[in-house]
Amino acid sequence: MMTKFLSRNRHTVQRLGFSFITLMAVMTVLPIVGTIIYILFQGGSAISWDFITGFPHDGMRAGGILPAIIGTLYLTIGTAIFSVPLGIAAAIYLSEYAKDNQWTRLIRLAIINLAGIPSVVYGLFGLGLFVLFLKFGTSILAASLTLSIMTLPVIISTAEESLRAVPQAFRTVSISLGATRWQTIRKIVLKEALPGILTGVILGLERAAGETAPILFTGAAFFLPRLPQSPFDATMALPYHLFVISTQVPEMPIQIQYGTALVLLVFVLTMNLIATVIRSRARARRQW
Amino acid sequence: MEKSLNWREFIITRAIKASGYSAVVFVLLIFFFLLREGLPALGEVDASSLLNIRWYPIEDHFGILPLITGSIIITFGAALIAVPFGIGTAVYISEIAPRWMREILKPLVELLGGLPSVVLGFLGILVLSPYLRILLDLPTGLTAFTGSLLLGGIAVPTVVSVAEDALDSVPRAYREGAWALGATKWQTIWRVTLPAAKSGVLTAVMLGVGRAIGETMTVMMVTGNAPVMATKLGSLFSPVRTMTATIAAEMGEVANGSTHYHVLFFIGMVLFLISLVVNVIASSVVFRSKKRAERILS
Repeated sequence: MMTKFLSRNRHTVQRLGFSFITLMAVMTVLPIVGTIIYILFQGGSAISWDFITGFPHDGMRAGGILPAIIGTLYLTIGTAIFSVPLGIAAAIYLSEYAKDNQWTRLIRLAIINLAGIPSVVYGLFGLGLFVLFLKFGTSILAASLTLSIMTLPVIISTAEESLRAVPQAFRTVSISLGATRWQTIRKIVLKEALPGILTGVILGLERAAGETAPILFTGAAFFLPRLPQSPFDATMALPYHLFVISTQVPEMPIQIQYGTALVLLVFVLTMNLIATVIRSRARARRQW
Repeated sequence: MEKSLNWREFIITRAIKASGYSAVVFVLLIFFFLLREGLPALGEVDASSLLNIRWYPIEDHFGILPLITGSIIITFGAALIAVPFGIGTAVYISEIAPRWMREILKPLVELLGGLPSVVLGFLGILVLSPYLRILLDLPTGLTAFTGSLLLGGIAVPTVVSVAEDALDSVPRAYREGAWALGATKWQTIWRVTLPAAKSGVLTAVMLGVGRAIGETMTVMMVTGNAPVMATKLGSLFSPVRTMTATIAAEMGEVANGSTHYHVLFFIGMVLFLISLVVNVIASSVVFRSKKRAERILS
C-alpha cells in the first residue's frame, strides 16, 4: 500500500524530499551567517582607534586590546616559522619520493591521527615537552611549537594534494632536459603547486590563530602590562583574552567583549578570505 | 660544480625524507609524554577510586566516571544534530544544489570549521543559554544540551566535507544506470548513491564524533562545569562537565608533579587513545572501500 503510494507519487515524494534536504542545508548555513553578522553588529560600536592600539586598564574593564592582537600575530608567525617548512617538506616527500609501502602507510596513519588529537591534549603535550622538559617556560616559543605540531597535518595533506595535482608530464619533461630531481621539484613542481600550498598554509594558520586550548598552559598570559620582549616571554592572545573577559572577569562591559570577539573574527575571516581568493584565482588561471 | 650539486641534492633529499617521518615522530612523542606524566596516576590513586563517581580533587577524590559520562552525553547530543544535518547538507551540496549554490555553500561550511571555538562559546554564554533557559524553563541555561547544540555545529563541517567527498567519489555511471531504469533523482540518492558511499559516510560520522569528543573551549564555557554523573537522558538538561573541560580548567592551577597533575595527564591519555581508536578505524574503513573500488574497476 505504502510502496504503491510512494511509487505512484514518486515525483511528489521527490519534491518533498528535495525541499526537506534543502531546508536542512539552509538550517546548517544560516546560523553561520547569522553568527558573523550578529557579532559584526554588536561589536562594531566598540571598535575605535584606541581599542585597537591601546593597552587594557582598570582590570581590563577599559582601554584597548593591543597586547592580545600583537600576541596572536606573534603566535601565528611563530607557528608559521616551524610548521610551514616542515609541512611542505613532508608533503614533498609523500608526493615525490615515498613509495607505496608499509612505511608510507604508517606516515599517513600518523598524519590522520595528529589531525584527530583533541586540542587540549596538544596543550598537555606542549606543557610536558616544551614548557617543562625543554625548560622553555610558558612562552611564545613553547606555544608556537605546540600550535605548529597541531597545524602540521593540515599543511601536509593540503600541500600533498596540490603537489599531486601537478601533471606527471611536467616532471618527465624537466628530467629529460637534464634537470636533477630536486631542481625539478623546486623550479617546476613547487612553482605550479604554490597557490594550492599557500591556501592550505593559510587555512592551517587560521585554525592556529583561533585556538585557545593548546596555548592555555604553554604560553598564554592572563594580563600583561607590556608587550612581550622575547620569544621566551608569555603573551596575551585574542582567543584566550576573549575567554578570560567572558568568563573570568566579573562586571566586564559587554561592549569590550563583543569588540574583542569581532577583532578575533575579522582576523580569522581575513585569513579565510585570502585563502579562498588565492584558490579561486589559481583555479581560473590553471591551464592543465 | 657537478660534484657540489650532487652533494647538495643528497643533503636535501635526506632532509626531506626526515621531514616525511616527522608526523610519526610527533605521534610517538605525544604518546610518550602523556604516558610519562599520566601513568604515575595509577600508582598514586588506586583503580577503584579512579573509577569512582566523585570528582573532587581538593579532597583527593579523583573519580573520572562523571567526566566520562559528561563527555559521552554531550557528544551523543552533538551527534544527534551533526549527523542528520551534516549528511543532509552533504547530499544537498553533492546531489541537488545547482553549481552556483555549491560554490557559495562549500566555502561557508569551511568557514564554520574555521570559526574559533571560543567565539561560539562566547555567543553560547551571552545569547544561546539565556534563550534556552527561558524557552525550556530551566534553572540555568548552562547545560549539556547547550553544549550539544554548539558542539553539533562544530562537528557539522567535518561530517559535511568527508561525506561530500564520499558521495562525489561514487561513479557517475551508478546514477545514470539508476536514472535509465526510471528511478527518480530522489530514489537514486537513497537507494544507489548513499548505499554506494556508505563506508565514506560512516567515516564522516566517526570523524565528526571524534571532533566533538575532543572539543574543549566551547564545552568548558557553556556546560556549567558541574562534575555530576549523567546517568539518564534527562541529564542532558542539567550542567555537566567533560574530560576536556576538566583538563583545561584545572591544569593551570595544579602543582607540577602532584597527584592531581598526573590524573589530568591520565585523562589526556584516555582522550588520546579514544581519538587514536576512532581515527584508526575510520581510516581502515577508507582503505577497505578504496580497495573495493579498485577491485570493481579492474
